Amino acid sequence: MSEVAQTYPPGQHPDMPPPAGQRGLMLWLRTNLFSSWVNTLMTVVAVYLLYKIVPPILDWAVLDAVMNAANRNECREIAQGACWAFIKDRFSILVYGFYPSDERWRVNMAFILLCLALVPVLFDNVPFRKPGMIFSAAYPFIAGWLLLGGLGLTPVGTDEFGGMMLNTVVGVTGIAFSLPLGILLALGRQSHLPIVKSCSVCFIEFIRGVPLITLLFVASTMLNYFLPPGTTFDLLLRVLIMVTLFASGYIAEVVRGGLQAIPKGQYEAADSMGLKYWQSMRLIVLPQALKISIPGIVNTFIGLFKDTTLVLIIGLLDVLGIGKSSLADAQWNGLSNEIYVSIAIFFFIACFGMSRYSIYLENKLDKGYKR
Amino acid sequence: MGEVNAETKTSVASAASKEDLIEIIGMHKWYGDFHVLKDINLRVKRGERIVICGPSGSGKSTMIRCINRLEEHQKGQIIVDGIELTNDLKQIDAIRREVGMVFQHFNLFPHLTVLENCTLGPIWVRQTPKAEAEEAAMNYLSKVKIPEQAKKYPGQLSGGQQQRVAIARSLCMNPRIMLFDEPTSALDPEMIKEVLDTMVELAETGMTMLCVTHEMGFARTVADRVIFMDGGEIIEENEPEEFFNNPQHERTKLFLSQILGH
Repeated sequence: MSEVAQTYPPGQHPDMPPPAGQRGLMLWLRTNLFSSWVNTLMTVVAVYLLYKIVPPILDWAVLDAVMNAANRNECREIAQGACWAFIKDRFSILVYGFYPSDERWRVNMAFILLCLALVPVLFDNVPFRKPGMIFSAAYPFIAGWLLLGGLGLTPVGTDEFGGMMLNTVVGVTGIAFSLPLGILLALGRQSHLPIVKSCSVCFIEFIRGVPLITLLFVASTMLNYFLPPGTTFDLLLRVLIMVTLFASGYIAEVVRGGLQAIPKGQYEAADSMGLKYWQSMRLIVLPQALKISIPGIVNTFIGLFKDTTLVLIIGLLDVLGIGKSSLADAQWNGLSNEIYVSIAIFFFIACFGMSRYSIYLENKLDKGYKR
Repeated sequence: MGEVNAETKTSVASAASKEDLIEIIGMHKWYGDFHVLKDINLRVKRGERIVICGPSGSGKSTMIRCINRLEEHQKGQIIVDGIELTNDLKQIDAIRREVGMVFQHFNLFPHLTVLENCTLGPIWVRQTPKAEAEEAAMNYLSKVKIPEQAKKYPGQLSGGQQQRVAIARSLCMNPRIMLFDEPTSALDPEMIKEVLDTMVELAETGMTMLCVTHEMGFARTVADRVIFMDGGEIIEENEPEEFFNNPQHERTKLFLSQILGH
């Protein structure tokens, strides 16, 4: 030992930095990449795989890609990579479906307003949150008016909805309405009132026991048998109802898990103060239960959003349906990679956004909770 | 609603002695077939401090939890501040507004700050304006000597501090009666004193208190009466001096020898 170990009187030992090699980049590399021979081996293999996989993808998607061409053959003459010209050509129908071209500003407007309406709902530190909330509450009606028309706007039938816009309409409506409905069902399932409880249980178990596709078929065909003859009941509306009910069944179970994690003492403290049932739920129990349930709730929402592609089966042309039918175009034959990659990117952005938001929310709510 | 309550209060109160804030008459309770409380009779006068002790499972917690209907009794009568406890939710809420409770495990609301914990009840149950409720809360937090923690969350406080917040939270509702359900049993020894000090100060203000506790020192200095329970029955009830120096019952003697023996 070259260093002389210095001694200090009891209680006088100063704080010291860790020894060399125990901090900074070297420490990070050693603990994370080369901590044992297995880890070293896996690091090497991973680097090799990345080297083999990433450059070809980059070549195909960017370096050898074609942005401008009139058809597939022209694309292939220019380069062997992705033919994004196809997507460019089809972009507006992928986004708007068959929505009349002159009226597409209404869809854009509805989307911009949706983003604005989401801000006060998602973030509690924005200015003008209270008036913003009123706007958010009014948004569904504004969006309905913009998309469907009437009252001065040219009416557009829901059969003209399609593409990403249709996925967004179904997804956002399902998410917005299934959360409150799911919470009510979860509370109903915990209720001491036997009728409320058994109705909630039956509903949840039925929904969870049946595939979504079945419900969508019921929506598209069988509902007509139950309704008085001659009633026309919009197909999209039926789909919206079915998707919402389906998601709410799952949300209910996720929220129930959160409710069960709340200690009995919280209910007792709320009761002993004289809070009424709805007050103690809203102020004490649900804020805590929903916080615990955030990962599960967002998981359900992500699933719901991706399941909106199932409307294809009952004949609504969502982005996947339009993409598939575009492949049949003789001019652009065989470019399925481009179409599916584009659709995948659309869904990934939406779902990844939800996932990041849920992590942000969890971190925010965790603040102060912990010691 | 306040007027209706006042009416029922006077009518029942005139029948009983005006001094009795809590009256329990021939009360029984069962968990399923298990008879937990047997023929409980207890009168608590305004301003009285009562300590309830007994071995675990003797029903002492259950008894005080019946007083604000956290547990339901099946037979007999409980009259709190002139209002009889029945299945009527309005009566239950009226009683709960007047009865504060402090729990063994504090039961603070972890998602709310200390100040929000204290103002929640006044704002939502008593419809106190927020500013007024906050002022009152700060006043009570000063009384329990932790006003500087008002903006923190319960999880950031020590056990003793949390329990003092819980006491302040109950006091913010301006209760006429305070129930304490083993308030120091979940605390480290050095924190027990700070909570007991707070409780002694509260007792000096003339608050009516029912306290389930094993702190015999507290019982000696503060209590007007000590009640000993075993097997769901009140075995013995006496002034603290008599109770500790001259217990009447064999069970009481045994219990006292066990807890005071070392």
